[in-house]
Amino acid sequence: MIPALAIILAFQLAGEVISRGAHLPLPGPVLGMLGMALTISLSARLREMIRPVAQGLLGHLSLLFVPAGVGVVAHIPTLIAHGPALAVALVVSTLLAIVVGAVTFTLVARLIGSASDD
Amino acid sequence: MTDAALIWSYLSSQPLLWLTATLFAYWGGDTVFRLARRSPLANPVMIAVILLALLLWVTGTNYSAYFEGAQFVHFMLGPATVCLAVPLQANLKAIRKALVPIIVALFAGSFTAVASALGIAKLLGADPMLLASLAPKSATAPVAIGISEALGGQPTLTAVLVLLTGMIGAIFVTPMLDALGLRDWRARGFATGVAAHGIGTARAFQVHDTAGAFASIGMGLNAILTAVLAPLVLPFFL
Repeated sequence: MIPALAIILAFQLAGEVISRGAHLPLPGPVLGMLGMALTISLSARLREMIRPVAQGLLGHLSLLFVPAGVGVVAHIPTLIAHGPALAVALVVSTLLAIVVGAVTFTLVARLIGSASDD
Repeated sequence: MTDAALIWSYLSSQPLLWLTATLFAYWGGDTVFRLARRSPLANPVMIAVILLALLLWVTGTNYSAYFEGAQFVHFMLGPATVCLAVPLQANLKAIRKALVPIIVALFAGSFTAVASALGIAKLLGADPMLLASLAPKSATAPVAIGISEALGGQPTLTAVLVLLTGMIGAIFVTPMLDALGLRDWRARGFATGVAAHGIGTARAFQVHDTAGAFASIGMGLNAILTAVLAPLVLPFFL
């Protein structure tokens, strides 16, 4: 577990250094994810080493949002002042994005004849 | 000072108390979620946040004191983002087989999520800080928080907006896409992952395995695309 964690942190660290050094819009952890995806495609050994720790962490991903979520206490006045605007923006935009994404995928798949497996 | 007051003043200045409270609150939220048969309405994060917010209010603790303890949990968001590489890599074959629909739907869904949220909020009078916090709301939380910070938004506000986005997606996706007659599980799952990240992906896995796998692909790819797209789209709405 410790070697896997060390490697995961090293990818994040490298991502941060590259992101800040090159002033990229991608956050360091996202660059780390891209680097990790590339590396584990090439090395099955590293993939097997990382997998249990990754599954453990991702299995409890929701827990990790809690501390930032509690930050809502600092924003209650903002949320009350802009409540209706935020509610409409969130609901309409989320549902619209799902419909646009699903319709686009279906149409393009039909157009190029990519059938689903089931 | 009494003994109890001394112990309290010691504990409230140490990370231990709020770290413990965070784990217990999440445990409680997760228990309710299971008892409610994983209904998207009983989101465990939302329950934990409400419990902790009440506890902070009752004890008169401010957020920065709470975060002293909770930061150890918060820190793990970065490594967890790196770990998203594992499911993404595992799905490479499925991605390659449906590459064209994936790329086109990714751009369409991701752009719609960012631009429509900004357009509506702007029309209804949101200020630049609020818009910057709202822009990355469809990306998975660790990434959205990073993007919001870089854009001049409030990361903690973004975290709440991201949570709400996921819950809205998870609650409405199945009845909505059924009503539209869309039956390709790949399309349904992928669009849900793009628009409603991990919470939508969890919902997709409950409905259908293929939908779940494609939702994880959508979530992973949109984390990358939102980081590029949000800074480009936001200036048009400021």
